[in-house]
Amino acid sequence: MNEPAAQAAGSHDKVIGDVMLDVNAITLRFGGVVALNNISFNVRKHEILAIIGPNGAGKTSMLNVINGFYHPQEGEITFKGNVRSQMRPHIAASQGIARTFQNVALFKGMSTLDNIMSGRLMKMKRNFLWQALHFGPARKEELEHRAFVEKIIDFLEIQSIRKTPVGRLPYGLQKRVELGRALAMEPELLLLDEPMAGMNTEEKEDMCRFILDVNDEFGTTICLIEHDMGVVMDISDRVVVLDYGRKIGDGTPNEVRNNQEVIDAYLGVSHD
Amino acid sequence: MPIQQAPAGMDTFPKILRDHAKVRPDKVAYREKEFGIWQAYNWSEVNDHVRALAQGLHVQGVKRGDRIAIIGNNRPRLYWAMAAAQAIGAVPVPMYQDAVAKDIGYVLEHAEITAVVAENQEQVDKVLEIHDQCPSIKTVIYCDPKGLRKYEVPFLFSFSDIQEKGREFAIGNASFLDAEIDRGKADDIAVLPYTSGTTGNPKGVVLSHNNILCSSFNANEFEGLTENEEILAYLPMAWIGDHIFSYGQALVAGFAVNCPESTETVLTDLREIGPTYYFAPPRVFENLLTTVMVRMEDASKIKRSVFNHFLGVAKRVGADILEGRSVSFGDRIQYALGNLIVYGPLKDTLGLRRVHLAYTAGEAIGPEIFDFYRSLGVNLKQLYGSTEASVYVTIQPNGEIRSDTVGPPAPGTEVKIDEKTKEVLFKSPGVFVEYFKNPKATAETKTKDGWVMTGDAGFFDDEGHLHIIDRAKDVGTLKDGTLFAPKYIENKLKFFPNVKEAVAFGADRDQVTAFINLDLQAVGSWAERNNIAYASYQELTAIPEIENLLKENVEQVNADLANDPNVASSQITRFILLPKELDADDGELTQTRKVRRRIVAERYEGLINALYSNDSEAHMKAEVTFEDGRKGFLEADVKIIDAQTFEPQKKAA
Repeated sequence: MNEPAAQAAGSHDKVIGDVMLDVNAITLRFGGVVALNNISFNVRKHEILAIIGPNGAGKTSMLNVINGFYHPQEGEITFKGNVRSQMRPHIAASQGIARTFQNVALFKGMSTLDNIMSGRLMKMKRNFLWQALHFGPARKEELEHRAFVEKIIDFLEIQSIRKTPVGRLPYGLQKRVELGRALAMEPELLLLDEPMAGMNTEEKEDMCRFILDVNDEFGTTICLIEHDMGVVMDISDRVVVLDYGRKIGDGTPNEVRNNQEVIDAYLGVSHD
Repeated sequence: MPIQQAPAGMDTFPKILRDHAKVRPDKVAYREKEFGIWQAYNWSEVNDHVRALAQGLHVQGVKRGDRIAIIGNNRPRLYWAMAAAQAIGAVPVPMYQDAVAKDIGYVLEHAEITAVVAENQEQVDKVLEIHDQCPSIKTVIYCDPKGLRKYEVPFLFSFSDIQEKGREFAIGNASFLDAEIDRGKADDIAVLPYTSGTTGNPKGVVLSHNNILCSSFNANEFEGLTENEEILAYLPMAWIGDHIFSYGQALVAGFAVNCPESTETVLTDLREIGPTYYFAPPRVFENLLTTVMVRMEDASKIKRSVFNHFLGVAKRVGADILEGRSVSFGDRIQYALGNLIVYGPLKDTLGLRRVHLAYTAGEAIGPEIFDFYRSLGVNLKQLYGSTEASVYVTIQPNGEIRSDTVGPPAPGTEVKIDEKTKEVLFKSPGVFVEYFKNPKATAETKTKDGWVMTGDAGFFDDEGHLHIIDRAKDVGTLKDGTLFAPKYIENKLKFFPNVKEAVAFGADRDQVTAFINLDLQAVGSWAERNNIAYASYQELTAIPEIENLLKENVEQVNADLANDPNVASSQITRFILLPKELDADDGELTQTRKVRRRIVAERYEGLINALYSNDSEAHMKAEVTFEDGRKGFLEADVKIIDAQTFEPQKKAA
């Protein structure tokens, strides 16, 4: 990233608001395996929070708990003031939580446009019979949604693949389409599971720019998992570090960088 | 009748724009694809936008004679910025959008830019990066606000901010802008494009309103372009061609300019718009043709045979039908049928269905490619031009189109050839005023009586068509004094799909010889089809059948050269198939894949000596660089092949 842009991004004059999502004492077990052990942290409105940690630390499990895929045995989650111990994915979605997946989960045979349109499903009011007729109010509704989706396509600079089946796209672009689909939900909280995995430097830089722009222009709160430390330190406001299902660090990138326990976890100090 | 002087009252572009808004206010002037939809702006809206911006620039302190840089992809707003600058007497300087900050810095500094109109964040970043070196810049304006909201730069404004300022200013000063527009004169500087010189710094070419207007007007008359044309503006705005086609000619005739959604969507947008007037460099036409052919290979057998049959018909009579020559009734029926089921749909797919005028220029185009498009009924023509001429030096008129010439002089243009150096000189109403702040270069290029030296060598044939053969400095003579233009010969060789690269020798020698690099793909698949086994490129060059194949190609070039009295004696007598592919890593080619003649001559001196001896074989040893950077030696015995030459003859017309 060149200098003026970095200055602009790093200026952080944005106002980080109140707690939006509060994760309180979550414990998740799979049989005898403790995937998450008494984890608590919060996500504040308008911030970019990164969850990092070595392989198997429980990062993806944490995201799955937040959007209701997994149901923790203990603890509770408060989202926008509502306490929920058992959140289901579709409820999470209707409340404004969108996510992307570590292994791209798009409809491979459908075009970029249709994939992103599918993100608007929650917002469509007409039932499928109306939509099948594509007439009157259903048509009007679809045009409005299409206009919104076109804004996302423009935002993510994917005009040239609008009509291309997603399965034919390179990995980096698929990731971008997936982000587009999540954005189509107009989420308040966006969960990104390794948005930059498997990308080359240039694609990573693009993705960083998009994440910052989303946060900046739409005011979306973002919680992301990432392995690339450079990226994490660059774009996040706060970092939560997990290791073997425990939280071992929580703070600004600088605080975390200097945390001895985090250093040990990454450099591999023995756990006995 | 070509004009030499712009008509009074309509002698600058702002005046013409004002006129369009009165005469054809509702006609579409610009289209831009945004959010998946073509957004149209009519002349009246464009006029309002331009006026608001022009007044806004005035509020920002831009004065008559100031220079304003325009950086970005083809966007209606950037074209409007040019008109707005001209309206208050400032000079637009269009710049290459992919240039790095350092290169942009040179031009910004040299042109003493006071304001910049940039497309987006990317361009704004570049300008801000080098802003320290260019303190003259007082205002930076951006069109697309994405990512720029947080920039705290006091002199950075959005396009609409400036327009808003302009509209406010106009409330108390309603007559200001019209007075400014009326002050404009034909001899004022209209635009200052910088040419990307291959050596040294770029030079700013000063072009007046009269230059651009006359050039555009004459070409429009000559080609019958009207207000109903559609053009797709996709080539860099800094290039004079785009400035003439999408700004000069569009404004003079009042036709619509369409801007693609992004650089990656150009082909889709081309199909959606279906331009009537189109320009593309030869490479684009070549790529399109290759794509078509490759896809046809995958089509079913029936489709393929229908395609091939009608392509044969088109090849036989298509060009004649296009040029209105007499063709038998049966062939006409066949061609009409072919148009229905092959040519029409194909042109539709390529986005060329409505094209009634297409140009190609910049380098030589292969005759096969050129004839292919013409046989489909696409009126593809060649032209020769330069920034210093406001584009047009020669154009092929309808009915006199050939793939190997660039046509007779354009209307209102005189062209002559320097007797001694064979350099092409021209004189026209489009001839540039001077190089900006560079009287030395001006004196070197433009003579006192207005002739401009192109640096290209060429000759006129019997029909008055100009042939461009090479850069003048590369043209030499054989020992007997006849003309030797290596690139002209090499290009003829390279038109054969078998030949990837060729290097001709002959300056100050008694005959012409050549090195040839095979095209591995073309020759390799030929070998496979003919059951010839080979393991490497080097082996391929030593197979007798392939030597014969190339010998036929070379002799065909010789026969072709023999038809042309100017170059008839520079036929190739002996050549070798070089066992090594010329490579940029070994310094034999430039990064843009142009042959470095001198280095090739040095590296293979032994082979060249053998070509000029009586030996039938030579030994070569050359250092090669492998892809991982290691070096090694390539040794081979190379056979020298003699080619038949032909008696020079007058071309049978």
